[in-house]
Amino acid sequence: MSTMTLAKAITSGLDKVLESNDKALLMGEDIGKLGGVYRVTDGLQDKYGAHRVIDSPLGEAGIVGSAVGMALRGFCPLVEIQFDGFVFPAYSQITTQLAKMHARSEGRLTVPVVIRIPYGGGIGSIEHHSESPEALFAHTAGLRIITPSNANDAYWMIQQAAACQDPVIYFEPKRRYWLKGEVDTETPALDAFKAQVVRSGDDATIVAYGPLVPVALAAAEAAREEGRSIEVIDLRSLSPIDFDTITESVQKTGRLIVTHEAPTFGGLGGEIAARISERAFLSLEAPVLRVGGFHMPYPISKVESQYLPDIDKLLEALDRSFAY
Amino acid sequence: MTPAATEVGPKDPVQILTPDGQRLPHEIYDAYLGDVDEDMLRGFYRDMALTRRFDQEATALQRQGQLCLWVPLRGQEAAQIGSGRATRPSDYIFPTYREHGVALTRNVSFSEMLRLFRGISGGGWDPRENNFHMYTMVLAAQLPHAAGYGMALSMEQRGWDEEKLAAEGNAVVAYFGDGSSTEGETHESMVFANSFNAPVVYFCQNNQWAISVPFEVQSKVPLVERAAGYGMPGIRVDGNDVLAVLAVTRWALEHARSGKGPVFIEADTYRLGAHTTADDPTKYRMTEEEAAWAPLDPLIRLETYLRENNIVDDAFFEQLAKDADQMAATVREDAMAFPVPPLAKSFEQVYAEAHPLIQEELAWHLQYEAGFADSGENA
Repeated sequence: MSTMTLAKAITSGLDKVLESNDKALLMGEDIGKLGGVYRVTDGLQDKYGAHRVIDSPLGEAGIVGSAVGMALRGFCPLVEIQFDGFVFPAYSQITTQLAKMHARSEGRLTVPVVIRIPYGGGIGSIEHHSESPEALFAHTAGLRIITPSNANDAYWMIQQAAACQDPVIYFEPKRRYWLKGEVDTETPALDAFKAQVVRSGDDATIVAYGPLVPVALAAAEAAREEGRSIEVIDLRSLSPIDFDTITESVQKTGRLIVTHEAPTFGGLGGEIAARISERAFLSLEAPVLRVGGFHMPYPISKVESQYLPDIDKLLEALDRSFAY
Repeated sequence: MTPAATEVGPKDPVQILTPDGQRLPHEIYDAYLGDVDEDMLRGFYRDMALTRRFDQEATALQRQGQLCLWVPLRGQEAAQIGSGRATRPSDYIFPTYREHGVALTRNVSFSEMLRLFRGISGGGWDPRENNFHMYTMVLAAQLPHAAGYGMALSMEQRGWDEEKLAAEGNAVVAYFGDGSSTEGETHESMVFANSFNAPVVYFCQNNQWAISVPFEVQSKVPLVERAAGYGMPGIRVDGNDVLAVLAVTRWALEHARSGKGPVFIEADTYRLGAHTTADDPTKYRMTEEEAAWAPLDPLIRLETYLRENNIVDDAFFEQLAKDADQMAATVREDAMAFPVPPLAKSFEQVYAEAHPLIQEELAWHLQYEAGFADSGENA
């Protein structure tokens, strides 16, 4: 057991991957000497060499596309996209090539590529550095999408992503990079594709993931002071989504709030609301409510606090739910 | 000895066989044709003729409603057979969607190739069997794959000396066309492959037309001139000359294999037919242009050379025509007999590992379909 930041937990997880699998390699912009703009790969090039921790040319389609080629030769590339808003030059490679290779080859080829993407806002940055594009990828069959919210999960889930034979997008909650937590390096975390109840409660359920899990926990604590017992689920996997865990919770609490930084319209909250209304309709005491971003380009950072879901917005949603 | 990059003339296409079938000497490339004997020459003609006959049969199958689409290659046989025959079985090939001739050189079955176009497979053949990748429909998307595959080969071949590289080194051939030369992924692929000295041969068949748009819209200069901008040798070759294509591709593969990095080949050729069976060239190109290219047909050129040098006789062509018809009949028979896999099969192929949503939807699909079976029996 040791204490580390979420970013360092990813570094340690990547170190384990490189150490245990000689076919694994890292590639991305500035990830070598610099250690990445967030230093997540710091020290790994020194340890494993420039042929395994590769500073790539600038070009996201080239990064993901060449990773596909490496995977076709039996390598296991873990690539870094520098920021959420810069993934789109690689969008075609991810959705038309990476996601479909296994299916097109009738199951003969596997392309175990991991794409690491720092995502989300709340860091006071300029445009294209604070986005949450996960729903755009979740809509594509063939991809798996996971996102840790704490250091222990960060450490284990990156290793689970690397071991997975399917392509995995690993979204890193960048405003939580410096969040410290205990990491148990001996006992593997839960299956990366399962959700986890991180706080038990009886009156309502909040589903959150990545950067908003601490916010949901804080809202649950605030609600407790108002006499409400709130269950919080850390979704962890965005594709597939562990609907069983959510359903079980909602059957107990009867109320569900889903929150994400991504715009509410067309976001994963809609999918969760629809599925839960199908699976637990008779348990619901109120409509499933969503607390997400507005339908606008991610706002200028001076006003982003008014855009982002926070404790007050979650409490307001709980009030609306309990009003039914 | 391998010629230096600067010695390879980029502007004048390399030509070994003239359009009227004359064999020209070449100071660099003759060394790459030393083993070409009469058997090989007859083999090249046979490859090209079989490919053309296959193309004709597939076009007919599409016209008869038996294929979703067909992508004819008529006119490009020499570029494909010459380059394909330059590869080793252990090299890996990334085709576009028109490399039926290259497929023949890799022993991919013509019948299997129709599975994609028959609508019963998303790929069609097993790329691992012949190191011939699936066709890629998204233009140039296969080129970054080729760069990455080449980078992977470089990693495997790290520390090998020249002798071992020449004997056992593997390389990649990445096919593309004048149309896809403008895609961003073409550029990124070339940057990646050059920066990491990956053993990749970029083989561009410039067939002059990207569906309806002429080459002049894609580039103001011969594409081969772009090679220097990436720091790799560029060779322009007469793509309708099977011997010239064979020689330059052998040179390029030797260069790439030896650890010197990628090579760009631009093969000048002409798409004698339509882009696909959904296309109508009469709407956009002049019959005069087609008439000018017709005598440059790669099969005519090799036939002239073979006949004038008494390498073949009429009996050769008669037998070949019979064999080609037999092949076409088999391909047709196979294509019509392909079983249609159930949609349930598609569920299994989305992910390599178990996936709850797939399992849930498959279960629902099977139950739903089974409901129809019941009502049918009860009716």
